[in-house]
Amino acid sequence: MNQVGRDFPRLEVRAKVTGRAEYTHHLRLPGMLYGKVFRSTVPHGRILHIDTEAARKLPGVHRVITGEDIKKLIPEPYYGPAFHDQPILALEKVRHVGEPVAVVLASDPHVAEQGVQLISAEYEELPAVYDEVQAMKPDILVHEVLKPAGTFADLKHLKDRGGTNVALDYHLRRGDVDGALAKADHVIEHTFKTQQCLHVAFEPFVSVADPGDSKLTIYTANQSPSFVRIEIARLFGWPENRVRVKVPYVGGGFGGKLYIKLEALVAALAMLVRRPVKIALTMEEQFYVITKHPTTFRIKSGVTKDGRIIARSCEVHWNGGAYADIGPRVAQKSGFTAAGPYDIDNVSVDSYEMYTNRTPAGALRCFGIPQLVWAYESHTDLIAREIGMDPVEFRHKNLLRNGRPQASGTILKDAAIPEVFQALVKRMNWDAPFDRGAGILRRGRGIAIALKAVISPTTSVAVINISADGSITLFTGSVDMGQGSDTAYALIVGEVLGVPAEDVRVVHSDTDVTPYDMGTLGSRSFYHMGNAVRLAAEDARGKLRALATEAGLPEGTNYPPVEIFKKRYGMQAGNVIGTATFLPTYSPPDAQGLSSNVTPFWMVGGAGAEVEVDTETGHVRVLRLVNAADCGKPINPAVARTQLSGAAIMQLGFTLSEAMHLDGGQVTNASLADYKIPGMADIPPIECELVTAEQHNGPFGAKGLGESGTFGVSPAIANAIHDAVGVRIMELPITAEAVLRALRAKEGRPLDDE
Amino acid sequence: MSETRTITVIVNGKRHNATVPVRITLADFLRHDLRLTGTHLGCEHGVCGACTVLFDGCSARACLMLAVQADGHEIMTVEGIPPDGKTLHPLQEAFRDNHGLQCGFCTPGILTTLIELLRENPDPSEEDIRIGISGDLCRCTGYHNIVVAALDAAKRMCQADDGRPATDDRRHNDR
Ligand code: FES
Ligand code: FES
Repeated sequence: MNQVGRDFPRLEVRAKVTGRAEYTHHLRLPGMLYGKVFRSTVPHGRILHIDTEAARKLPGVHRVITGEDIKKLIPEPYYGPAFHDQPILALEKVRHVGEPVAVVLASDPHVAEQGVQLISAEYEELPAVYDEVQAMKPDILVHEVLKPAGTFADLKHLKDRGGTNVALDYHLRRGDVDGALAKADHVIEHTFKTQQCLHVAFEPFVSVADPGDSKLTIYTANQSPSFVRIEIARLFGWPENRVRVKVPYVGGGFGGKLYIKLEALVAALAMLVRRPVKIALTMEEQFYVITKHPTTFRIKSGVTKDGRIIARSCEVHWNGGAYADIGPRVAQKSGFTAAGPYDIDNVSVDSYEMYTNRTPAGALRCFGIPQLVWAYESHTDLIAREIGMDPVEFRHKNLLRNGRPQASGTILKDAAIPEVFQALVKRMNWDAPFDRGAGILRRGRGIAIALKAVISPTTSVAVINISADGSITLFTGSVDMGQGSDTAYALIVGEVLGVPAEDVRVVHSDTDVTPYDMGTLGSRSFYHMGNAVRLAAEDARGKLRALATEAGLPEGTNYPPVEIFKKRYGMQAGNVIGTATFLPTYSPPDAQGLSSNVTPFWMVGGAGAEVEVDTETGHVRVLRLVNAADCGKPINPAVARTQLSGAAIMQLGFTLSEAMHLDGGQVTNASLADYKIPGMADIPPIECELVTAEQHNGPFGAKGLGESGTFGVSPAIANAIHDAVGVRIMELPITAEAVLRALRAKEGRPLDDE
Repeated sequence: MSETRTITVIVNGKRHNATVPVRITLADFLRHDLRLTGTHLGCEHGVCGACTVLFDGCSARACLMLAVQADGHEIMTVEGIPPDGKTLHPLQEAFRDNHGLQCGFCTPGILTTLIELLRENPDPSEEDIRIGISGDLCRCTGYHNIVVAALDAAKRMCQADDGRPATDDRRHNDR
């Protein structure tokens, strides 16, 4: 039976519907202490004094730890995937509200919590900067010095840009933008903004460290266990094999649980007190860990009379918050495609990753792409309006096609841009008459499409063990946080080795036994690890055949594995180990920001929306949301579809309701009650279409698509609102207030500010 | 260090006597004292619904209740849904077959809520389901498959012998 392409229930579903699935959240070890974190109340300040006396004296408190205690254990206690800029606990300075300053340890978490209430800190407050464009002025410096991490191949070029808040600037120059703009019939410019929002995984950040005798074990809800191991080993100056990182099921990640979050902290605490330590954050604390970049995107296009885009310049400022985390990759990677899925000869991109005094920003379901799509697809729609062309026709005219160079210079291959766009147009019934509503309720529709390059170059390793009874175990460092990777890999192994996927056991990340993987992120895993798994399975198949030959079995006959092992070893004994490493090729961008090979595959996704706007209140109701994405040849179509709809609904939240509100650097809505994620009642009818194509180098023709469902949602809705009531929203989220303000401004009777 | 009380609670049909600090939430009591970790904690302030259990058959947020409030009452958690150790409840089968989950963190709360809903309304419309679980949040699935799974569960349960969820019967037998 063919395994790949089967609609197959998740391998772990039984554990999840019976409440037996293991999450780090549940873990308790003998003698374990709970840590609760005392956090900074100021956005930027020099630490003058931390008073832990009262907390220390509280009965039941085991110990109180500050940055200075950590420094005694780890002299350079700074971590990060791009820069080693983040201290395990604040040292000398605090750089955002909510930054961890001290930890209280106790066997009872309530006692630890009470201890935290008894700590006080004195700061010399410094002026703070919150806005990504204002941060370009060097008068307020978030960091005085920066140390590039040098860990990842695509970020080798990072350097300390002393005396600025720029963590990374990426520039792309293709053709002659100024010359082309001078020749254009229309030059159109806009500035769009996005808000700060966050992942809100339902299992909040949680890590446990067990110091053990000869090695440190970290149990953690993390998407990149191999990175955790490398980084913790580096901090302690140990070999990698002294650190064991185990990841059970993860209750949602979305890019939040990448790199180091609580792992360095629990590891240091456990080593200091020589007891297991667990830190489990509350939902509120998640607002102080990692977020999605707010952005300001200035975009300018030159267009001919007949609707060809001949030049586009893009200037994006990314608000990376107080610590770089993976922000520099966001700014660079998304920079490659900042000009959109269009065939434009003259392109310039300037992308700046900025430090500010906010909660750090990192990866959130697409590494910055949705922020860019928000701007360029709103802009594209506005251009079509200005030149009097139908937005669908205008896009058709400019879409990038396979065989043509993308802005980065890489030739587009296996990217189903026209196909995805066509699927949207068809589902939206674009050519049919459309009911525009009447009275106060007006209707409109909009469409948007986007392109993304995957993170490259990155490595995945897989190991397959065929036991002597023929049963198969797969070892990978991928983390299944709900996207269904275990199941997809089991299908691949099953396909290659000719067994039902349900018989393949997938071992979860445990760095003592599972090999290296760069991380479960950016839709890279399925492609990279999927290829590694396939190759490892082929390797195992080859070795099994060789074993049969050694055992003297005639070639070409189909003995069951158990017979082969018995024949060779005289009993049920031995193993066949298949392994493979997958690393696609890549060329780093040159001085012009150009590269002939910027990504091993492209992701394409788009959305269409029909909305109804209440012109008296500004309330927007999405009547219909259509989502389409290029998924190559899906390995498990049912799971692929849930990935698309889940991504679309998440982006719907970022479009209509989600925003972290800041007042003097303080987050004023840090709770699920005040920060509104979509609930059942907010969900419009949604249709998802998997556009199947062939990814020539993907595992069985498939590609990653955990993010593609988010791409077009926000601009499709803004475009539909414009279509309905003639106002343009330039900033996310699109609240009723924002729409009402725009409507009233258009009528010449603007609302008062606040 | 804090005041304690002795309570008697029936959890998933089993009687438990325990001495608990008065400030311990029902969720912590279930998760830590009884090791029933299927009751998940997301927000811990009554918004997400991950911690939903049935309290005398009615859905309740275990993060907002104290263990002492459960004294003399019956609790059902996700672990109590399957009719026995081996078989899945039709509701669980429907979630499995219709991909009604991804990370699974919200799932226990959604399942317990639906047990109550389907008991009260064995033949719900799609709208009934949407309203019934509008208090349960899910960050992963986009909800669509949760609704599909719930409708499928209702169908499967109607086809079952007496048309009532097995757990419902057991709850009354234990009284
Ligand atoms: S944990 Fe109880 S409602 Fe969220
Ligand atoms: S499946 Fe992850 S929160 Fe619902």
